[in-house]
Amino acid sequence: MSMTTTVLYDHPGPRARVRNAVLSVVFGVGLAALLWWVYAKFDQAGQWEGSLWKPFAEAPTWTQFILPGLRQTLLAAATGMVLSLAFGILFAVGRLSDHRWVRIPAGVVVEFFRAVPLLLMIFFIFYGVPFLIQGPVSAFWSVVVGLTLYNGSVLAEAFRAGIRSIPGGQGEAAYAVGMRKSQVMRLILVPQAARAMLPVIVSQLVVLLKDTALGYIVAFPELLQRGVNDLSANRGNVVAAAIVVAAIYILINSLLTTLANWLDRRTRRRGFRIPRQTAAPDSTPAGGATVAEPQG
Amino acid sequence: MHVFADPTNLDAYLSGFLWILKLTGASAVLALVLGVFLAAFRVSPVPVLRGFGTAWVNIFRNTPLTLIIFFCYFGLYSTLGVNLSEDLDLNNFWLGVIGLSVYTAAFVCEAVRSGVNTVPAGQAEAARAIGLTFFQTLRIVILPQAGRAVVAPLGSVLIALCKNATIVGTIGVIEASSVMKQLINDNGDAVIPIFLVFAGTFAAILVPTGYFFGWLANRLAVKR
Repeated sequence: MSMTTTVLYDHPGPRARVRNAVLSVVFGVGLAALLWWVYAKFDQAGQWEGSLWKPFAEAPTWTQFILPGLRQTLLAAATGMVLSLAFGILFAVGRLSDHRWVRIPAGVVVEFFRAVPLLLMIFFIFYGVPFLIQGPVSAFWSVVVGLTLYNGSVLAEAFRAGIRSIPGGQGEAAYAVGMRKSQVMRLILVPQAARAMLPVIVSQLVVLLKDTALGYIVAFPELLQRGVNDLSANRGNVVAAAIVVAAIYILINSLLTTLANWLDRRTRRRGFRIPRQTAAPDSTPAGGATVAEPQG
Repeated sequence: MHVFADPTNLDAYLSGFLWILKLTGASAVLALVLGVFLAAFRVSPVPVLRGFGTAWVNIFRNTPLTLIIFFCYFGLYSTLGVNLSEDLDLNNFWLGVIGLSVYTAAFVCEAVRSGVNTVPAGQAEAARAIGLTFFQTLRIVILPQAGRAVVAPLGSVLIALCKNATIVGTIGVIEASSVMKQLINDNGDAVIPIFLVFAGTFAAILVPTGYFFGWLANRLAVKR
């Protein structure tokens, strides 16, 4: 099953090497031409002028716009992570309950929040809830609650898949030594599931971090709002600002992804690992594919 | 439900979801084509192609979609003057489709690549043994089998794409979420019914889609 991609082609002989070299050159030239075209287009629009990039060498750009934005992004992401993990564990256990009156509502809640676009949730909390509670809801909390409901539901499915894939003997042994159902869950099943699903969980946290950028739409002063919108309103350098901010996002998310891959390798090396496939079959389709869940 | 009894509101609701479906359909086709090519690049023997595929995936998968859509509008359109249509609505629509496809293609690529990894190595070795070239191996032997393995992940990608289409509202396409925001602002007394109708429509479209792809994946799975 683990086919290394090199199985797909033979070790290149003389002709294949020539062909690969030609392909490399042709594609490389094409790519260079495309990049040059983009560069020239930007140049034509005056996007490489020093005045547009100079702000990034000045301290106020960072201290007044980018860093405060980054701080808000990380704060919202961290709060959302903690809350959605709690939500995920609660509803995963709820869906596995023996009581129908717990299991069915938990299932409905999870399915519902997974199907509703996050932006719709945020709009409802930010614009709708104030009518209900007769008071304003801060942009921070509308983003965090929206993130929690969506990512918590996805995590609940991941946890459920994890709990179901733990060998049945674990639970039976725990019952045999006289534990109650809640103890079995809390002491035996959830800790093992959390460990097995750690890479999936971290990947979902990358999604959560990216999704904080939706806060831009309700004027939450996070990285996209402060670093691109407000900064370029002052300096008129929207393309430059977008490139710098994108680089920051890519850097942070790559670090988190590297962490996820490292955890993946580590759990595998310890010899305790639940194969990806077993996470998918009978649970709902996204069960095994949460890694690839590309929400905004 | 008095809000939706008003024909203007009903029209807005319907056209909002029509935009979502159009955005999803156009982007799904583009992203699928792009993603399969990127996946082929990533497993190819040519290092430049592999590097290009890897760079694409790492850049676009790690950038928030909101930023990509934002850039499509303010970067491509306002600054660089990329004009896709005379009609402003249609121009914004196509800018949104570009942003969504570029982003989603990275996820399609990763799904297809993981599908390629589920094909037993013997299949590729056998294909090589009978003298198929890399391109033939991929086209005739590997991708058809990988395709069956990636039905479920591609289903999740499609569902996420449909939900992500709401973000294109940022650049002025009056899709479902913008319509909901407007209706909520106009009808403060009925925020819960409005939300339930919009969220319910998404759930009614997407939950069955999810189960359909799960069923399809089971049906098409290569039994090994």
